[in-house]
Amino acid sequence: MLEKLNEIEKKALEAMAQAKELQELNELKVKILGRKGEITLMLRGLKDLSPQERSEFGQAANQVKDRIEKLVAQRINEIKARDLNQRLEHERLDVTLPGLPINRGGKHPLTLINEEIRDIFLSMGFAVAEGPEIEKDYYNFEALNVPKDHPARDMQDSFYITDEVLLRTHTSPVQVRTMEAMCPHLPVKIIVPGKVYRKDDDATHSPMFQQVEGLLIDKNITFANLKGVLMLFAQKIFNEDVKVRYRPSFFPFTEPSVEMDISCVSCKGKGCRVCSHTGWLEILGAGMVHPRVLQYGGYDPEEVTGFAFGMGIERIAMLKYGINDLRLFFDNDKRFLQQF
Amino acid sequence: MGVSINWLRKYVDFDLTSADLAHKLTMAGIAVEGVEEKDDDSIMELDLTPNRGDCLGMINLAREVAAITGNKLQIPHNDLSNEGTEVNDYIKINIQDTDLCPRYSARVIKNVVIKPSPDWMQQALINSGIRPINNVVDITNYVMLETNQPLHAFDYDLIGEDKQILVRRAASGEKIVTIDEALHELEADMLVITNGYKPVALAGVMGGHDSEINEKTTTVLLESANFNPVNIRRTSRKVNLRSDSSMRFEKGVDPNGTVMALNRAAQLMVDLADGEVVPGIIDVYPAPIKPATIKLRTQKVNRLLDTSLSTEDIQGYMQKLSFPVTRKGDVLLVETPTYRPDLQLEVDLIEEVARLYGYNNIPDYLPLTSATGGGLTAYQIFRDKLRSNLAQNMYEVINYSFINPDAFDRIMLPDDHILRQVVKVANPLSEEQSVMRTTLLPGLLSTISRNAARRNYNLSFFELGAIFIPSQGNLPQEKLKVGGIVAGSNDINWQKVRTEMDYFYLKGILTGLFTGLGIKDVVYQAGSIPGYHPGRTAIISCRGQELGVLGEIHPLVGENYDIKVRACAFELDVETMFNLVTPNALMESITRYPSMERDIAVVLPEEVEASQAIAVIKQINSPLLRGVEIFDLFTGGNLQAGFKSMAFRLTFQSGDRTLKEEEINPLTERVIQLLESDLQARLR
Ligand SMILES: [Zn+2]
Repeated sequence: MLEKLNEIEKKALEAMAQAKELQELNELKVKILGRKGEITLMLRGLKDLSPQERSEFGQAANQVKDRIEKLVAQRINEIKARDLNQRLEHERLDVTLPGLPINRGGKHPLTLINEEIRDIFLSMGFAVAEGPEIEKDYYNFEALNVPKDHPARDMQDSFYITDEVLLRTHTSPVQVRTMEAMCPHLPVKIIVPGKVYRKDDDATHSPMFQQVEGLLIDKNITFANLKGVLMLFAQKIFNEDVKVRYRPSFFPFTEPSVEMDISCVSCKGKGCRVCSHTGWLEILGAGMVHPRVLQYGGYDPEEVTGFAFGMGIERIAMLKYGINDLRLFFDNDKRFLQQF
Repeated sequence: MGVSINWLRKYVDFDLTSADLAHKLTMAGIAVEGVEEKDDDSIMELDLTPNRGDCLGMINLAREVAAITGNKLQIPHNDLSNEGTEVNDYIKINIQDTDLCPRYSARVIKNVVIKPSPDWMQQALINSGIRPINNVVDITNYVMLETNQPLHAFDYDLIGEDKQILVRRAASGEKIVTIDEALHELEADMLVITNGYKPVALAGVMGGHDSEINEKTTTVLLESANFNPVNIRRTSRKVNLRSDSSMRFEKGVDPNGTVMALNRAAQLMVDLADGEVVPGIIDVYPAPIKPATIKLRTQKVNRLLDTSLSTEDIQGYMQKLSFPVTRKGDVLLVETPTYRPDLQLEVDLIEEVARLYGYNNIPDYLPLTSATGGGLTAYQIFRDKLRSNLAQNMYEVINYSFINPDAFDRIMLPDDHILRQVVKVANPLSEEQSVMRTTLLPGLLSTISRNAARRNYNLSFFELGAIFIPSQGNLPQEKLKVGGIVAGSNDINWQKVRTEMDYFYLKGILTGLFTGLGIKDVVYQAGSIPGYHPGRTAIISCRGQELGVLGEIHPLVGENYDIKVRACAFELDVETMFNLVTPNALMESITRYPSMERDIAVVLPEEVEASQAIAVIKQINSPLLRGVEIFDLFTGGNLQAGFKSMAFRLTFQSGDRTLKEEEINPLTERVIQLLESDLQARLR
């Protein structure tokens, strides 16, 4: 009997080792261990044996059963793993094929720069003020200390709608409008982004462009404060080690007036084509608010002082992105827009 | 303006290279744009600010160099005497309109010999951009460059029989031919120099052709006058003539400098034109202009600049500029010279202090101000969100605010359409930029057109910008609009997944936009809008308020813009959108009970719109119906003409229990009944 058992085990183990498919294994398992399987049948024939022999043989048969079952389980795992590996091997992708085209979009580079500038001043506690693009001569010029026939009007050739109404030539009219609205409250602490218009059209001038204006009025605002704010701005918008210098200039609505240069972003001040070999780039105009402008806004220049500054967004964007032609901003070519 | 360094050295000594001088001047507010090095000279190109017209004169520029270097100014010596009266036998001078001509000084020089001026003078003029003519004319120009006082030389024998000069406003329609041989018809507010009868010069702008210096001239009447800047500016603009003279008068010339320049020029005519000065000077100056005195407080200087200068320091700077100063404690009384009309207020002097002290020597630190709210308004935040949302799928563009009025024809607006009422630019650069836009559509169409012509595909753009509506007696109304346009299909790809960028593509973007912005209950209603496809256009509204339009561009409009594919666009009013934002609702709890779906397909008359069918379905008015989606739509096939098949997925769900078939089935039945009764639907 035992011999026969050993024989069955030996054959079973061999067959199982050779089985290649799951089904084959399952069939083998039924054939040997099933209800009509060889071992089951042998165990049924035990009733002729003595209890002693029955017990010994039963034990042996159960051990064989265990061993076979273990092997079956092991072989099943092996074959499953083999099958899975085969499937995965089959499912291999060319991972270098391009992905599905998702229609992207993006903000205009001038918007991006505008937001960057705005966020710097928002972090310094400024608010954002806005005003009309078509403006009264009074706000655009007169209340900014540029009376009619003032030579400074030549600096900004204007588009007129009527004698008294024009396309604003700068964002500065919002200075006066804001002062009027806020007076006598302090501080007035605003930036003014927006479109402005001048009668100029060539490679370096666009009839429409964008500015950001800033205004801070309070008791005891000084020229040093102006320099401090502009310095911080320059460091944040360009980089930490940018150098700045200030040159006296003239704007009718500020006195003293100043122009700020930064060390050339392209050559770091050594001199190159971008900076006309001076090492410096002019980026904004500023100054202490002219006493007459404070008066137009309703404030007493003996009581309060302030500073104002203004810059062209296009200029900053051109420097930051290395854009060499102003007209690209308004040409709206997709190949340009999708780069930002 | 070109400035010769050698010439400048005649008036002030300096031990600086041309580059160093240029730098120092620039940092003191006299901007030098560049220096041109020549064999034996350097020419500085100045870019003067409008307030420093005085530096158009060499001597005034030399004053700046003297202030910067501390060296002494040397004004050319002249010992011509003003004594004598013989000149009165030659000429009588009267000023009728002293408001426009505060001063008129003149001399007569006889026996001059007209010939070319010496080389050094010709070279000096050329360096400054003035063409040499002859010795007499060159002398007037040379002295103008030196002193900033424009001069005019008349041929004495050609000014008329009466030998008189009358300065007056022109009579309307009076005529003059100027030296450049142009005929000008004058207006009543223009100032002229007349011989008592007719104009011989357009005051301060240009002399008359009839009395100009010529090779036969022997006697010169030399004019050195002062004119009102505003009037000269207006006249020069009206007659479209800008001369070296008018440019100076516009910026303001020192009324107290006429005689010095006159004598200098007369002396040069003796030296270089063999002339003989008729003794005596004529100087009509009825109301002499005195220098103003400005109070300059040390405390105010330091408070504005954040410096700690002493009164002595400040006084020192004033003296460097050779301004006479009287000190009273910590207050200086500064006499501002009449050649610096830009100095009117205390702050103007503070700027003088600051620029000589050096802007870059002033400290910098952040201001201590009272706290402010700062930050963005809700509307500004909304616009940011709007932009960011659209920028996920579309590229933002910026078009000019002015457009060509023919755009309204191109977008097929009827002649009486409200959007044709525009704000016109009175002086546009060109017809293409002559009216302010009343819609963003033309700009968007041009953007597509331009990109398509350059073979850019897969086009999707948006713009956020103002349109301008005329308003009687007021500033135009500016309305912020957002517009978008798409054309073509997405980029080709190896998976052959192709999305047409059509009406429904753009509507999908808008649906996402409204959801993202919190604008609920948006309704699209078929409508007819000029410029758009009559059968593929929707008017968008929300709670009874119109937001704008979404539709396919009319094929003829496409043709007008040379767009060869279908394009779709939208234009919405931003402020209306903002006012319709629903404030953030509280969170709705997510049910843990499963949902059940029922699909029903019905055949409907073709004209029944999806929104209508969904509205009918929602009439079952059951809180268990959580959603209705259209998942299939077709016409043709074996469907009868005039009918379409539409399939709906109804989603039912409860917040407090698992739904049973018996609850859902009657609801589904009811939906079918409603579709049948209200829309003549047939179950498929
Ligand atoms: Zn550089």
